[in-house]
Formats: sequence, structure tokens, C-alpha cells
Amino acid sequence: MDFITQSHYYRVMPMLLEGLVWTLLITGIGLIFGFILGAIFGFARLSKSKIIYGIATVYVEVVRGTPILAQILFIYFGLSDLLGVNIDKITASIIAIAINAGAYIAEIVRGAVYSIDKGQEEAGRSIGLTRNQTMRYIIWPQAFRRMIPPLGNQFVISLKDTSLFSVIAVGELLYMGQQYYGATFAAFEALTMVCIMYLVITVPTAVYLRRVERRLDV
Amino acid sequence: MMISVRDLHKSFGSVEVLKGINAEVKEKEVVCVIGPSGSGKSTFLRCLNLLEEVTSGDVLIEGTNLTDPKVNINEVRSRVGMVFQHFNLFPHRTVMENITLGPIKVKGLSKDEAKKVALPLLDKVGLSDKADVYPESLSGGQKQRVAIARSLAMEPRIMLFDEPTSALDPELVGDVLAVMKDLAKEGMTMVVVTHEMGFAREVGDRVLFMDEGIIMEEDIPENLFGNPQNPRTQEFLSKVL
Repeated sequence: MDFITQSHYYRVMPMLLEGLVWTLLITGIGLIFGFILGAIFGFARLSKSKIIYGIATVYVEVVRGTPILAQILFIYFGLSDLLGVNIDKITASIIAIAINAGAYIAEIVRGAVYSIDKGQEEAGRSIGLTRNQTMRYIIWPQAFRRMIPPLGNQFVISLKDTSLFSVIAVGELLYMGQQYYGATFAAFEALTMVCIMYLVITVPTAVYLRRVERRLDV
Repeated sequence: MMISVRDLHKSFGSVEVLKGINAEVKEKEVVCVIGPSGSGKSTFLRCLNLLEEVTSGDVLIEGTNLTDPKVNINEVRSRVGMVFQHFNLFPHRTVMENITLGPIKVKGLSKDEAKKVALPLLDKVGLSDKADVYPESLSGGQKQRVAIARSLAMEPRIMLFDEPTSALDPELVGDVLAVMKDLAKEGMTMVVVTHEMGFAREVGDRVLFMDEGIIMEEDIPENLFGNPQNPRTQEFLSKVL
């Protein structure tokens, strides 16, 4: 037993579990706001108003056209510099995930709503439903189903993206691993366990998503 | 007049699809619209509940001018039922929910009240046993009959049919036409865009022949089918009959 509890694979675990909690927290909260942003900007991308469409397009293109590492540094250092306030690391990380994922989710929302057959809207409108009612009771429920697989995919991507926040010393999973081998030089063991921890979350998610996808694909 | 259409024009971009339509439909009248594909007959029908925006001209439904920007189009649409070629049932809702959605959300009925409206309609279209299934398990003919029941649940004054049997397997057409025939007998005002010449002949009070964006000829079925005057009508009928 001793050789297990004495090994780095074992001793790194408490730190990694703490890091994993932060990783999941940042991803989870970030994606909740990301989904709200994505829904707003996704609908804006479907808007007939050129201004609203334009604003949303700029947001989506700027975020998708720049690396998330630059975005987190921009938010954490750039914005606090500009505003003259200190943004907390965790807050900055959550904002970065929200803004970044929001742009990708906007495209997911837009694509899903757009993919619903035009006849559905016409049928809704022809029984007298308003535009909003048609969206709420007919288009959105169908679109949301189609969004589940790509949203799950975005969850996996954002989860992995949080590892980049190690550059601003957020105590997420990768950072905690780095801390461990910084002190013990056991880089192989620490990073092996870090990767396993990511896989423990991402692989079941991927398997689950494939099952959902197959069920939706009737 | 239930429907009056005056000098209706409709363009998609630079293409003019309707080039000045004048038509009237009286109460309880069944008007069938026939013509080659691309003649604008579906577009004409879709202008009658403003699923297509009108480029110019007037469309009056029971005296309400749809082209008036102040008109409450949702209210007008609740009086005008529409049946589509591809049914357009809501796939995420059961048959019953498809039918009761309009009465609940537009008319403000309770769920139970809406069900009381829906049940006799389901019976009427011969699908009482299908209330709780989802549309995907229905045949095309059954879907279309549900779609008809869904429209009727709003107790419309007018029913529009846009090639309601064109997407159906031939053996399923009869059931749908039978439902439409019953409806006509009950005195529903109907405008039917159709390729079913037999139906137009038997059930229609009047037939409009459309081609190139205008009504080329209109008459009672016996005359239009038996003795067409316009050479385009003659040519079309010689091809389809």
C-alpha cells in the first residue's frame, strides 16, 4: 500500500481535485452567462435590422478571430489597466469563458433556429400566433433540441480552454499540476494525472453526446 | 364578400409573380385555383393571409384590408385557416397539442376547453385514436387531416388549401379530399389551390385558371372544364386531363 500512497501519482491528487473544482466552476458559471450572451447575439444575428445584425456580427467575428489567451490577458490586465480597478482572477476567467463561448454559442443558436423549416413558422403564424409566440412555442423548442450536441461540444472546448488561465495563476486544474511539479520535479506524474482528470470529464461527455445525437437523428 | 382581391401585384426582387389579380369569393363558396407550376397560384393564396407581403393592391378579408398597416394581422389569421402542401405539423407536440395550441394561446381557452374543441374535430377527420401520438408516427394522409383539424380548431371563417394532396401517396389522397368535401358541404368558404381536377370539378363552385401571374379564365367547373375559352386554358387542360 505504501508504494501507492508514497507515489507522486497519489500525492498530487488533493491539489488536482481542488483545481478540478475551480475548472468546473469557471466552466459552468462561464457557460451559463455564455449561453445568455449566445442566445441574445444569436437572435441578433437573425435580426432583420442591419444595426443589430451588424453589432452581433462584429462581436462574433472579433471573438472568433482572436485567441482566447489574448482575450483573457486583455480582460485581466488590459481592462483592469483601462478601468483602474483590480479584476479578480476568477471573475476575469468567468468573463473570458462567457464572452468567448458566447460568440460560438451565438452561431450555434443562429444555426439551430435557422435550420427549422420555414413552414413551421408559417403554420404558427397562420393559426394566429404572434411572432414571439411562434418563436417560443414552436421554433425554439425544436431548435433547442438541435443545439444540445453542439452545446455539449462547446462545454468540452471551454473546459479545456480554462487551462489557459494558468497564465494568470488561476488555481485551475493545469495550474495546480504545474505547482506540484514545480515543487517536486515530478512533471511526468503530475501532468499524466492532470490529463487523466480532464479525460474523466470530457470522455463521458463525448460518449453521452454521441448517444443524444443518435437519438435526435431520427 | 368574404374575400375581395383588387389589382394584386407581388414581386420577389425584380421578378413579378402576380401581375394584377382581381378576384372575389362569396360566403360558403368553394373556389378552386388551377394552373401550371410557376403560374403564381400558391403565391396568390399565401397573399390572402399575408404569409407573403403584398407588393401593391388590396386584399380584403370580410372587409378588413390586410394591406392597411394598422390591421391586426394575427387576429385576421385566426379567422383564416391554412393547410399546407407539406402539412407543417409541429413535430415536438402530440396530435392533440398541435390542435389545441392555437385555441389555448390565441383564444385563451383553458386546456380542457381546448380539448373539448379538438375531440369532435379529430373525430370528424377520422383520427380519434391518434390524439396522443406524435406526428412522425402518422402517414402523410393522416398528417394532413390533423393539419386540417388544427386549422378548424380556430373556428375559421375561411379555409385556404395550398396543394393539400400534392405531397401524398396516391392511395392517401382520397381520405383528405373526403374531409375537404365534407367541409365544403357544411358551408365552409374555401379557396383550394389544387392539381386534383376531379375535386375541382366536383366540389368547386367556381374554378380560376391562373397562368403567368394573372387569372386567365374563371368559370363554373362545367364550363371551364367542358368548354374552355382561353387557348392557354385549353392547352393546360389538354395536358392534365
